[in-house]
Amino acid sequence: MTATMQPQMEAAKAPRRGRRAPGAGVTTRSRGRGLEFGHWWWALPGIALVFAIHYVATGVGGFFAFTNWTGIGAFKVTGWVNFEAIFKDPTKVGALSNTLFLAFGSVLLGNIAGLVIALGLNRVIKTRYVLRTLFFMPVVLSPLATAYIWKYIFDFDGPLNAFLTAIGAGDQAKPWLADPQWAIWTVLVVLVWSSTGFAMVIFMAGLAGVPVEVEEAAAIDGANLWQRFRNVTLPAIRPAVAIATTLGIVQGLRVFDPIMALTGGGPAGATETLATQVYKQAFALGNFGGGAALALVLAAIILFFAVIQQRLTRSNPED
Amino acid sequence: MFRYTKLTLLREIGLWALALLFLAPFYFLVTTALKPANELFTTSALAPPINPDFSNFVAVLSAKGNSNVLMGLVNSVIITAGSILGLVALGSVTGYVISRSTRRWSKAAYYLFLVAIILPGQLGAVPLYMGARSLGLTGSAWGLIILYTGMLLPLSIFLYSNFFRGLGTDYEEAATIDGASKSQIFSKVVFPMMAPATGTVTIFAGLIVWNDFFTSLIFLGGSANQTLPVAMYYYIGSLVSEWNSIFAIVIVSMIPILALFLFAQKRFIQGFSGGLKG
Repeated sequence: MTATMQPQMEAAKAPRRGRRAPGAGVTTRSRGRGLEFGHWWWALPGIALVFAIHYVATGVGGFFAFTNWTGIGAFKVTGWVNFEAIFKDPTKVGALSNTLFLAFGSVLLGNIAGLVIALGLNRVIKTRYVLRTLFFMPVVLSPLATAYIWKYIFDFDGPLNAFLTAIGAGDQAKPWLADPQWAIWTVLVVLVWSSTGFAMVIFMAGLAGVPVEVEEAAAIDGANLWQRFRNVTLPAIRPAVAIATTLGIVQGLRVFDPIMALTGGGPAGATETLATQVYKQAFALGNFGGGAALALVLAAIILFFAVIQQRLTRSNPED
Repeated sequence: MFRYTKLTLLREIGLWALALLFLAPFYFLVTTALKPANELFTTSALAPPINPDFSNFVAVLSAKGNSNVLMGLVNSVIITAGSILGLVALGSVTGYVISRSTRRWSKAAYYLFLVAIILPGQLGAVPLYMGARSLGLTGSAWGLIILYTGMLLPLSIFLYSNFFRGLGTDYEEAATIDGASKSQIFSKVVFPMMAPATGTVTIFAGLIVWNDFFTSLIFLGGSANQTLPVAMYYYIGSLVSEWNSIFAIVIVSMIPILALFLFAQKRFIQGFSGGLKG
């Protein structure tokens, strides 16, 4: 049963288990006896709730993407007008490129930092569990609390500028969050800071599965540190990389809370993302139709990258 | 070969230096929160307070109205606990049935939940709000618990069904032969076996619900049942650049979750890395 029910998407997410599963002989045995576990109708409340909250609500929202509804009162079906407006509005096009920049930037930097720390903590370090706990701490904080802390750090009278002045680089001091050129980088720093620990634990779990003997054998054969990493460690933690990057990209494309608390999308739209624009259009500016259209675009982008990511990880030469 | 050498010691020291740099924001958080108002702009942002005092914390804890922190704390605990209960109960049963059934619909249901995880919430937010308002679910802890349960149920079901897929059916077969009913098998045999999955669901859902801001801001809007992040938001909204007061409430808001994390850090980290590997 385990083997036949394994959907392809899940197999791609966990190739190691997917490969092992076909060996389980439970399938024919339990089906042969005609055993069924649980009543099918036990699933109904869950299906109904998810259907109502996710699909019906999203479907209704999707319908309004093709209308000029303001959020209350009457509306007209306007077809693709809202979508055309998105690509004519520089703020929304900017939001699109900001979203992609932040999602890929934070995934790239967060995963590299997480991998470096995980590799550093791997094997023989005595205080690795204490260090792991410390590096993981930012992950459990609320995005709102995290954003407030960093807002102060980047404040004009804050620690970053005080530090720059102290080391004699006072001329570099600037209001980071209000600087159109730098604001997006400050957001990126915050996203990387809060996601590094998460990538780290995924990589640590992946690294724990690499047998010491293989590494030792490679070292004895004269492989240097980089070769050992490239040819032994990296292939073994490939599933961990796939999981960490997929989740990171889906999360990064939706980024909302930290931006609202840090910059509110400013200065002059320099840190707007699709999610903040959806919120502003639909809830603040009374343009629900336009906000819904933008949310539909965001949903399409997320699905697009989730599928690409699945394809990329499935094209593993081992499989 | 992997013995503790001088190089390892250097690596360990380097990692500690990195960790301290990484956690520098916490240093600013604590030192600033302890600064009295007159030191806020007279001392360097890098320096610790000269006369540390706790007046900022006293002010935070005695705030009234919609920035009542203690009230927010109680509400957050109730809403988080209720949502976890709902997610474990519904998620385990649903995940069990769809991963044990061999019928075609169960595969369709699995994808139904998988896609729901990726759908961005904003698209459905307004219809959901109107629906919840007409059912009288806005402004109450109950409404929010139902809402969070529904919102996070796909994730919970996904984690549970992945767990069941890796679990053989031997125990269930044995229990069937011994004459146990289907509900007995589930509650007495299966549910205790999936404690690791329940732990993962509890940690994930608990963290998301506890830290969530906008859902509670929108759905509890104007009521007295504010959650902790919303109380924090309102409290900070009345302060401009008074970073000592702002950080006092930020610290108060993060103490419960940080304490829980440090207390059960192994479970947290296992939940994160293990639950996602499945």
